[in-house]
Amino acid sequence: MSFLKINNLSVNYIMRKETVFAAQNVKFDVSKGEILGLVGESGSGKSTVGNAIINLIDEPGKISEGSIFIDNIDIYKDPKTIKTLRGKKIGIIFQDPQTSLNPLLTVGEQLIETIQTHLSLNKADAKSRAINLLKEVGITDAENRFDNYPHQFSGGMRQRVVISLALCCEPELLIADEPTTALDVSIQSQILDLIKNLTKKRNLAVILITHDMGVIAETTDRVAVMKKGILVEIGPTKEVLGNPKAEYTKSLVSSVPPTNKKINRFNVINKINENDNQLNLKILNRWKKKELNDQNLVEVKNLKKSFHDGIFSESSSKDVVAVDDISFNIKEGESFGLVGESGSGKSTIAKMIVNLFKPTSGEIYFDKVCINKITDKNIMLKFRRQIQMIFQDPYSSLNSRMKVYDIIAEPIRLHNTLIKENELKDYINDLLESVELTKKSADRYPHEFSGGQRQRISIARALATQPRLLVCDEPTSALDVSIQAQILNLLKDLQEQLNLTILFISHDLPVVRQMCDRIAVLRYGKLCEISDTENLFLNPSNSYTKELLHLMPKIESIYETR
Amino acid sequence: MQNQNLSLINKIIDSDIFFSFKKSPTAIISSLILLIIFFCSFFVEIIAPYNPFDPSSLSLMDAFTPPSWSEGGTRNFLLGTDGQGRDMLSTILYGSRISLIVGFSAILFSLILGVTLGLTAGYFGGRYEMFVMRITDVQLTIPSILMALLVDGIARGIISRELHDQMAIYVLIFAIGISEWPQFARVSRAATLVEKNKDYVSASTIIGVSNLMIMVRHILPNILRPILVIGTIGLALAIIAESTLSFLGVGVPPTTPSLGTLIRIGNDFLFSGEWWITFFPAIFLVLLAFSINLLGDWMRDTLNPKLK
Repeated sequence: MSFLKINNLSVNYIMRKETVFAAQNVKFDVSKGEILGLVGESGSGKSTVGNAIINLIDEPGKISEGSIFIDNIDIYKDPKTIKTLRGKKIGIIFQDPQTSLNPLLTVGEQLIETIQTHLSLNKADAKSRAINLLKEVGITDAENRFDNYPHQFSGGMRQRVVISLALCCEPELLIADEPTTALDVSIQSQILDLIKNLTKKRNLAVILITHDMGVIAETTDRVAVMKKGILVEIGPTKEVLGNPKAEYTKSLVSSVPPTNKKINRFNVINKINENDNQLNLKILNRWKKKELNDQNLVEVKNLKKSFHDGIFSESSSKDVVAVDDISFNIKEGESFGLVGESGSGKSTIAKMIVNLFKPTSGEIYFDKVCINKITDKNIMLKFRRQIQMIFQDPYSSLNSRMKVYDIIAEPIRLHNTLIKENELKDYINDLLESVELTKKSADRYPHEFSGGQRQRISIARALATQPRLLVCDEPTSALDVSIQAQILNLLKDLQEQLNLTILFISHDLPVVRQMCDRIAVLRYGKLCEISDTENLFLNPSNSYTKELLHLMPKIESIYETR
Repeated sequence: MQNQNLSLINKIIDSDIFFSFKKSPTAIISSLILLIIFFCSFFVEIIAPYNPFDPSSLSLMDAFTPPSWSEGGTRNFLLGTDGQGRDMLSTILYGSRISLIVGFSAILFSLILGVTLGLTAGYFGGRYEMFVMRITDVQLTIPSILMALLVDGIARGIISRELHDQMAIYVLIFAIGISEWPQFARVSRAATLVEKNKDYVSASTIIGVSNLMIMVRHILPNILRPILVIGTIGLALAIIAESTLSFLGVGVPPTTPSLGTLIRIGNDFLFSGEWWITFFPAIFLVLLAFSINLLGDWMRDTLNPKLK
């Protein structure tokens, strides 16, 4: 007997110019003791379905059709029904533990408040119940931590508190909307384990909304795949991911970077241009291609960076050390990976290499010249053009007030002041073509493009100065998997064609495995190990690396027996 | 070229801002009023029935004529005349031109000063930022009208009496402008702090773009919205400040009266029954400032919905 039943649910957003169909005829059910994964790319309507169940659809959204039954009660028949259900029978876990707790109340106060809203308990009973819940979700020393404020908990602990809040009134249905997306890999696996255990122990019906196929593979019993508001495929996880029937699911699965082997290129089914297999880039005609020598392009020696904490503290004891005595080399033409969780200092290293920060101590050599001690602006400019960077956030990395043409023209004009206007135009067209964008793109503003297209514009801008080193700081972590596959393919193509050296920074181990020749693992600003990629994945020597590899969600795990 | 213009017009009509404009009656009415006022003041020589500054057209016989609809009024002077026989309607229109010129110039002056200081302070940070922001803090503790009075008073002390009448309008612009700039400096610094940490600024730094170009080409266009909003509201304040100063007798000289001067002149006759001399310029001033304020409020709500 299914506990939650959704019948032909349709949600529309009536906008000024068009109506967005966020969900169309979605139909599925969830039984108790089962985890249903709801997977899809951004804009697929997976969160809309989740929000529809708890009646949290914002204006101008409207449920135009369909019904939702919980325990055979139609929750939309009477508007009062949902209020009594929400929080009591239905528990909700949101993505960001930072914002889903009230920072002004202690964790205990928030728990007691929720408990007393739904259950008629006095304060002492509510408190003991709250403490038991905190213990159940794995918070040690729950009695003392009860009176702590949310900021005194780490990200993972905070998410545990959110889960305990969701559980506090014995819900029977749990909706988790991207519960681990904001968390590091090691914490992610703990939280997922917790959700799995609770599902069994409390016989919950769980809907897990996520974009991460690895999480789906490891956690869910059944999975529903959504695309543009339509339910594409639903079935047992093993079947859907292992032997997908729908064309869309196939392309989605093939875009996920495999964790157990290195592939040459992602098999992208829905290519934008069919004829882009010919890798003759027009840009090569004007690219002053450097021959690759067997030498180190970048040498980092004893690099250290500390940030001063506060204006008034003079002592250095309060300094936060972001990067601590790190040395590595990058060979010409290779892709070098920097891997670590948040706070490991990987982005700080990138920013020092591109000269956005000066290191506290240590040296960075580029082509045998120590670049962090250059003071002459003109010499600096010479190195600036050789080192370019691609950023994580495709939205903030392009100036929204400039046309794409001007964005790409800026570096060209700066480094080649004599260039003529029609030559510049040709050059920009070639650049756009090499990142697989049309010539027409030049006339538009960044907001007219999607995230993946913006990242392509970003790459075109970085290539405009004909750099030798390309620093990619999490270039795909804000993108959907299918787009990620395209961008990674593009980066690989460009690297081969243009003899680029790439410094690739990511927290995502499978992606790094596909992209890099050698990998350095960082933790708390210290270097754990450097090794060839295959060697690192097959025989990691450092214990932290081993742990990371063990914990990363693997899409292949569906083939293992559980 | 015409095609391009057409597509631009289409783009404006299609934009969200125009859409919310169409839906807001206050915005439409206030901008209509403003358009009429701007038009009339700009083409005042053509529109005004008389030239109140041409002594040959004045006749003391016409002095203190009440508005046309009340007893003793004539059709020749729609809103009546003042003590020198000047037609009130014409004087108001001429006066509003001076008020508008002073208001616009003053706000432009303080905008340029404030944005330059605020933008550089936010961008470079450090002691320079501390210095600039502490000045704004200090200046904000002094009411701006007092600040303007102070500047005006000092200018009177320095400039000789004959020169002063010619220079009065520039002194006034400077005095009002200097009293309003901290607002602009604060807003543009705050917006710059947000913008300068965005990746597109880092990208430009990595490309090698100079600080000046980053500020002018990248940051400035991105912080213009909030500045335009406070600029509009500031315009109303500047016009009122001008009128206040002129009313107090330290603004533009009575020979070229602005709205504030007219109100002051009329104030002397208020209790002898000639109410129209002060009433009409005052109503006109209220209408002008109120419309600008309403338009500014609408702009704030549309361009910056988070502030609501």
